[in-house]
Amino acid sequence: MSNGSCNNCDIEICDLFTPRFDVERFGIQLIGSVRHADLLLITGAMNKKSIPRMKKIYEQAAKPCLVVACGTCACSQHMFRDSYNVGEPLDKILPVDLYIPGCPPKPEAIISGILKLVSKIKKGK
Amino acid sequence: MKLLFDYLVFPGFLFSAVIGLLAGWIDRKVSARLQWRVGPPWHQNFTDIFKLLAKEVIVPQGARFTFLLSPYLGLISAVFVAANLGRFIISPLESFSADLIVILYLLVIPAIALIIGASSSANPLASVGASREMKLILAYELPLILVVITVVIKSQGALQIGQILIQQVTLGSNIFSLSGTLAFLTALLCMQAKLGLAPFEVSEAEQEIMGGVLIEYSGLPLAVFKLTKAIMLYVMPVFLIVLFLGKDLSPLFLITKYLILLVLIILIKNTNPRLRIDQALKFLWRKPKL
Ligand code: SF4
Repeated sequence: MSNGSCNNCDIEICDLFTPRFDVERFGIQLIGSVRHADLLLITGAMNKKSIPRMKKIYEQAAKPCLVVACGTCACSQHMFRDSYNVGEPLDKILPVDLYIPGCPPKPEAIISGILKLVSKIKKGK
Repeated sequence: MKLLFDYLVFPGFLFSAVIGLLAGWIDRKVSARLQWRVGPPWHQNFTDIFKLLAKEVIVPQGARFTFLLSPYLGLISAVFVAANLGRFIISPLESFSADLIVILYLLVIPAIALIIGASSSANPLASVGASREMKLILAYELPLILVVITVVIKSQGALQIGQILIQQVTLGSNIFSLSGTLAFLTALLCMQAKLGLAPFEVSEAEQEIMGGVLIEYSGLPLAVFKLTKAIMLYVMPVFLIVLFLGKDLSPLFLITKYLILLVLIILIKNTNPRLRIDQALKFLWRKPKL
């Protein structure tokens, strides 16, 4: 989900589904409806308009649902911190399970982060 | 006891669900290979179903009780068809009179369940999906019935699946005649539409209406819908095999024929763009009647 990102992170996320990176190897698919989602990849610096909408979407997702902050913007608001249109950082709004820094993070970084999270959950259960 | 076993374990619910999920994996794997990807591991669909069982069930505001009821309706009828088809294949004499018609009716019910569920979920995108699904049913049911009539005429007016099978064992498969081949091609296209695969997947179009009819479902009901889909993926090709390729139904031949049909469907799915609903309707009504 994009929250006022510069779109570059989102393009890197799209790369995950291309033949080169193919996350379907791990059973990960891009899904249209939040109701089917297990994981929300959130990008961008949380501008004030998008925060309520993001909260709404998170409430609509079927729990348990993981939240991943993808990109330096979502992790720490990057250079947009203290900007007039930026609200609170993501981890003050939603329970974030994983931070993937990078501007934008490489697809390899996203894959390895998510796989680490998945294996951690498997061990935890 | 025997009846219960037939419906719940073999060849009913458990067996057809496992086969269907494996077929779903073959579908994903072959599609992935066609796109030069690696594809998911074989147990992916099973993992998905178990995961969905553990998830929360959300009932949207304004949904009616049919929202939670309809998935089971679809599942039950799909299981019924699977169990009966399996029994007829094992012993053709067990079929009851005019069971072909019963099965034809039961095969529509999963689609109807989808429509009921979607239209009671109070979501605009789902209702668009439901209306598309409804038009699609109108489009493919007619050719499918024509196809079945062809088969019935070829086996001298027999309405029992058992008799159709026996007829084919003595006279050779239905597909090896001119009308049989034509009818088989039509049936293949109808099956594509019935399973909701491209080029006829308008009701679940991921890109425009976000999963369409299934958009509001989560957790258990979604798992039930997925299972129904998996069972349909097993039932429809087997139904076609029974109608057209019923010459030799020993397990080895049955599995080979099933796999060939399955890969054929997947190839059609992957090499065709999605049709608009009016195009699909036109296509399904015109082509088969040539
Ligand atoms: S982290 Fe970088 S690439 Fe990603 S949205 Fe922010 S500025 Fe754009």
